[in-house]
Amino acid sequence: MRLGASRWAAWAFLAPALAYLVLFFGYPLVNNVSMSLREYSVRSFYTGEAPFTGLDNYAAVLGDPLFGTAVLNTAVFTVASIFFQFTIGLALAVFFSGRFPLSGLLRSLLLLPWLLPLVVSGAVWRWMLDQDHGVINAALRAVGLADGPTPWLTDPGWALPAVIIVNIWIGIPFNLVILHGGLRAIPSTLYEAAELDGAGAWQRFRHVTWPLLRPVTAVVLMLGLVYTIKVFDVIMVVTGGGPANATQTLTTWAYQLSFDGDFAFGQGAAVGNLLVLVATVFGLLYLRSARAQLREEQR
Amino acid sequence: MTRYLRTAAGIAVVIVLLFPLYWMVNASLQPAGSLLKPSPDWLPLDGTLDGYRSALSTQGGHLLASLAVAAGTVVVSLLIAMPAAYALAQLRFRGVQAFVFALLIVQMVPGPVMANSLYTLFSEFSLIDSYLGLVLADSTATIPFAVLVLRAFMLSIPRELSEAARVDGAGYWRVFSSIIVPVSRNAMVTAGLFSFLFAWADFLFAVTLTTGRAIEPITVGIYRFIGNQSADWNAVLATAVLASIPAAVLLVIAQRYVVAGVTGGALKD
Repeated sequence: MRLGASRWAAWAFLAPALAYLVLFFGYPLVNNVSMSLREYSVRSFYTGEAPFTGLDNYAAVLGDPLFGTAVLNTAVFTVASIFFQFTIGLALAVFFSGRFPLSGLLRSLLLLPWLLPLVVSGAVWRWMLDQDHGVINAALRAVGLADGPTPWLTDPGWALPAVIIVNIWIGIPFNLVILHGGLRAIPSTLYEAAELDGAGAWQRFRHVTWPLLRPVTAVVLMLGLVYTIKVFDVIMVVTGGGPANATQTLTTWAYQLSFDGDFAFGQGAAVGNLLVLVATVFGLLYLRSARAQLREEQR
Repeated sequence: MTRYLRTAAGIAVVIVLLFPLYWMVNASLQPAGSLLKPSPDWLPLDGTLDGYRSALSTQGGHLLASLAVAAGTVVVSLLIAMPAAYALAQLRFRGVQAFVFALLIVQMVPGPVMANSLYTLFSEFSLIDSYLGLVLADSTATIPFAVLVLRAFMLSIPRELSEAARVDGAGYWRVFSSIIVPVSRNAMVTAGLFSFLFAWADFLFAVTLTTGRAIEPITVGIYRFIGNQSADWNAVLATAVLASIPAAVLLVIAQRYVVAGVTGGALKD
């Protein structure tokens, strides 16, 4: 009896959120699939007509020479960003997990790059990377690491590394905070025991920290992956996908197809759906690691 | 002694990593002309507030638009997320796991997919160029996050508390409004702050769901400002500084909430 009543109450409390999810996620996801199978153009908004064209949009997208470029850029951008965000974040987390004056204050100051609007970070970096007036080139010149100015944002060879650097900078704080939380959960007695056994700093990291940090590492990497694949603001503001599509990723390309130029909403939707597919694969991997914990809570 | 060495190293790390922020402030205070010198001025010695004057006169309205959208998003998100989190954390029913999974999954949907579809939906209901449209769109990102953060907190409220009230004859709504909501104040602050920050920083929905005629949030303002051929960089960066204020305030006033939010949204390790 009580249980039955509680179930109705639960659904009543859930109803607004459920309705919201259906309307603002369910409908768009379904609509996006439907759009990707139609020829959806600006005209469709006035006439309401969007003829069904089957898989034409997918064929057009896959046959576009930009497709390969966008996939490759997305992969390089994601892998390089995650690798450096994670290693730098981990090093900083280990460094700041030691007790020393101002440790907490300094650590929380480092959160700032993560809290800033991405457009702000993008704008600042765009100015710092400016070929003629940017501080990066001025600094490289000052310390003698480069003789001429590097065309960070105007040379197709430099633009991708440039946006990756910006994205790494943005992602370090997130990795730092979560890994720091994970490190604090490791009992200090384990380190004391390892030290008694004569383990050096590297051995303690290798045999205590690293294995015990595994679950947190998995969460950080998976979330990083899911979020990095769809990075949009940073690239749009720093390079706009250029020069010559050198920084075009699946996300920026999907946006450009739909909104910037051709208004080919059908093709934009097709690229978007491919992105959903990729994100879902990584998402499911993440959920597998989250699932065990959820069960734990439910007991 | 080594402790102080570590502090020194820590300060060095902070200086390096926060240098872009210093540079933003530095450049925003320089006269437009001196930004174009061959070697940059490392300190704003002949500083001027011209950039800020220009930022406020051209971008002031955009700041207000963002403020309105962000405030609206906080209200909508909390109104929808609070009851949901209560049900998911405190009431026993089948489907809790499925719902939480759904929340995790939808957070992974790439933004352009949402923007693409919401554009067609909104153009049908005349929600393009409206505050309501932007609030509803931004809430797609904040509601799932808010539910997860609030739920993570509410799991720690002992069920005995609400069950005792039930035995005393309180209805579910009464339990929710007079026990759960007051006790969850800190978690609400966390979820609200993050909703505000997200909506304030949103660029994708702002650029796709507005035409720039009626409403233009500050992120789009900065974007178009840069795209402008004769980009006035000191004014652009002054605008960037102004747009950073919510984040800076949040970090100073509410930093313990920030850490709670970062970890809560990731479904505690």
